[in-house]
Amino acid sequence: MRDVAIIGTGVTKFGELWDKSFRALGIEAGMKAIADAGLAGDEIDAMYIGNMSAGRFINQQHIDALIADYTGMASRHIPAIRVECGGASGGVAFRQAYMDVASGVSDYVVVGGAEKMTDMDDAAINSVLDATADAEWEAGMGVTFPSLYAMIARRMIHDGEATREEIASFAVNSHFHGALNPNAQFRKEIKLDTVLRSGPVADPLGVFDCAPISDGAAALVLCPLEKAKEHTDCYAKIAAVTQASDTLALFSRGRDITSFRATREAANRAYQQVGITANDIQVAEVHDNYTVAGIMALQDLGFFPKGEAGKAVLDGQCRIGGKIAINTSGGLKARGHPIGATGVAQVAEIADQVRGRADKRQVENVKYALAQNTGGIGSAATVTILEAI
Amino acid sequence: MSSVAREWREIPGRYNLVGTKCTNCGRIFFPARTFCPDCRRASIGKIEPYALARTGTVYSFSVIHEAPDCNNMQKPYAVAMVETDDGVMIEGQLVDVDLEKIEIGMPVRAVLRKLDADGKAGVIHYGYKFVPQ
Amino acid sequence: MEVGIVSYGAYVPRYRIKPEEIGRIWGVDGKSMGKGLMINQKSVPSPDEDVVTIATEAARYMMDRVPEVDPKDIGAIYIGSESHPYAVKPTSTIVAEAIGATPAMTAADMEFACKAGTAGIQACMGLVGAGMVRYGVAIGSDTSQGAPGDALEYSASAGGAAYLIGSENIIARINKTLSFTTDTPDFWRREGQPYPLHGGRFTGEPAYFRHITSAAKMMLDAMGTKPEDYKHAVFHQPNGKFPTRVAAMLGFTPEQIQYGLLTPEIGNTYSGAVPLGLANVLDHAEPGDRIFVTSYGSGAGSDAFDITVTDAIKDYKRDNAPVLERILENPVYVDYGTYAKFKGKIVMPE
Repeated sequence: MRDVAIIGTGVTKFGELWDKSFRALGIEAGMKAIADAGLAGDEIDAMYIGNMSAGRFINQQHIDALIADYTGMASRHIPAIRVECGGASGGVAFRQAYMDVASGVSDYVVVGGAEKMTDMDDAAINSVLDATADAEWEAGMGVTFPSLYAMIARRMIHDGEATREEIASFAVNSHFHGALNPNAQFRKEIKLDTVLRSGPVADPLGVFDCAPISDGAAALVLCPLEKAKEHTDCYAKIAAVTQASDTLALFSRGRDITSFRATREAANRAYQQVGITANDIQVAEVHDNYTVAGIMALQDLGFFPKGEAGKAVLDGQCRIGGKIAINTSGGLKARGHPIGATGVAQVAEIADQVRGRADKRQVENVKYALAQNTGGIGSAATVTILEAI
Repeated sequence: MSSVAREWREIPGRYNLVGTKCTNCGRIFFPARTFCPDCRRASIGKIEPYALARTGTVYSFSVIHEAPDCNNMQKPYAVAMVETDDGVMIEGQLVDVDLEKIEIGMPVRAVLRKLDADGKAGVIHYGYKFVPQ
Repeated sequence: MEVGIVSYGAYVPRYRIKPEEIGRIWGVDGKSMGKGLMINQKSVPSPDEDVVTIATEAARYMMDRVPEVDPKDIGAIYIGSESHPYAVKPTSTIVAEAIGATPAMTAADMEFACKAGTAGIQACMGLVGAGMVRYGVAIGSDTSQGAPGDALEYSASAGGAAYLIGSENIIARINKTLSFTTDTPDFWRREGQPYPLHGGRFTGEPAYFRHITSAAKMMLDAMGTKPEDYKHAVFHQPNGKFPTRVAAMLGFTPEQIQYGLLTPEIGNTYSGAVPLGLANVLDHAEPGDRIFVTSYGSGAGSDAFDITVTDAIKDYKRDNAPVLERILENPVYVDYGTYAKFKGKIVMPE
């Protein structure tokens, strides 16, 4: 295995992009990343695309061929691979791309993530999201995707692990950073009260506890670390990318629902590989598809002991300049959550942080940055650690 | 329209909470599994049908306000994680209940209700929901 | 061979609407309408309830009370209703599966307006008596329809009761059953029509009263009994008024029909009506009690039953399932808008 670097990042604006098609978004992110890497494009050996459900959102399967075709890669006949892993599709696509380069099979690999969600009505979109849980025994029984996270939140509050206010404060934190990100869907700070008073979705969670429905794409260019310098001075070393799985349905985990074992496992493996601990991370992107998921992530990743993350977020310890900067991009909540793009966009954000390219969101002296991406109800998780060189 | 066969083959679980039990280690599965994830190979040939208790207690719950189309007539409606008297966790709707009186630990009982229908002309799907005991 | 009731179970949905609320919408004095019909309120099924779920709940209660009976020994299930959810596809197979009685058994859905439930009891008695099955299940269950604003809307309700018919450990022996049947079109619903039509006052004298009194008199003659020989009587109850009047016409007292008359509190449960009335009687019955039952189904016919409660009722595990009085506790009252939504009377986009 050889060391791998990220030499280019490209992220489109996230949001309700009525005038942009799936293919247009994919091309835009890919072209930006390749240009950022200083490549012509002919160097690319393979491409990976994280996408959750183009088949249902836009009735288009085989989007690997679509993107290869529209980015001109099909004329060079390089392998193009679509990766689906629920909400972790982007993170897993990134890991596949990393392994492709690390193994020596490919030298230059583009990994993209894209989702076009707004071509469908809300009820239909929600039914796609519900299908990332157990379609037969959760969604099929009337249990919606947000209600699963709501049941986790209810239990967390009941067990005294976090208050409703602490959970809600995660959205305030994400919006605080989102206001600084020109590509974010919501560039506006919010107050805790706004979250607490937002319309109910699945009690106790309200609209502002939930990531929005978004369109968007993100892309990265990977190459062997030893070759990175040939193209740019501005690159990030991939210190570790790990992945872990768990049961599809939340109920299959018995009473253990206020923590995601997949996140814990993936994080432990990543820290071990790099030889660091959670305390060595200065900035992290975590999967806050729901506020409560963000709180759980901070604990499962070891940034805070169980039962203390909520307090820390409410106290502002997770803002830029705090104990650890969490979701400087705005996270899923404020930057937006085009599902397949999310995991790739998270890595793009931390790559920009370790490369010192995060503009107004730049955290000082970043040595290690982490991204955590989950699929379903913690049924899959990837953890990426990047290192500044 | 969903597949008739897909619903039909799940009738034992949907109507009567029939899962399976690994007779090698005693673990109960719902929905039914044909293979024990703990015993793996040792469980082959040792998985038997097992009907869960129809009674249990609420482990957690949520009141859903953004409902799928099939539940539009009943929103807001409650869902719960229920720990059955066998100690198995399952999820389902909690109906015929005063929403503000639901609490963790509340005893509930499984009943058969309509879950969904394939439009006005298609098949009707029945399955378990919970009511207060 | 003695044939009778081995177990029973009843179920009524939790929601209620009052006649004054229905009248408020249609510009009718609902309160006096209710008074005239002797209906204080009627049950309303929740949107996720139908004949299948009501019948299943009743049948499960029935089975809960006889844990010693193996559901695989049930050889026949008949479900009577005029609101089967499918025009073609049996209700009975779904309920049979839900109580674990399949597959070595026969099943069929029955329809005879409001007496399809008692017709099922007769069919099961025949099969048990002939030794063709060990147990038969007969269920009357309905989520009946009344056209918006029609007189029927004040009464048409939902509920059902299930009976396990057999010859072993019977808690109530059915001494005899007989029927009186003619072609009398007093009430009907054509295929594909959402609401039934009826002949107005024609549904009274030549229909309800003629058939019930005829069947009842045939029964009294056949058994050589008089009304005072019975502790309880149950008559079909499209409203509170008709059964009260028919009881008086036949010489039964208000005390005899008090437990068997549920319509004033739950409305007309159609195929469920007499089975529910009988269930409430059995909830209160003691060994030796004699029960007189006469159903009525439009179209038209009446089934009469002469029943004697046995000593076995003392060991019967009635408390394994809730009695009707408990099922009817804590109703939730709905307004007409909710009722219309629950009953699917609001036109929705496809």
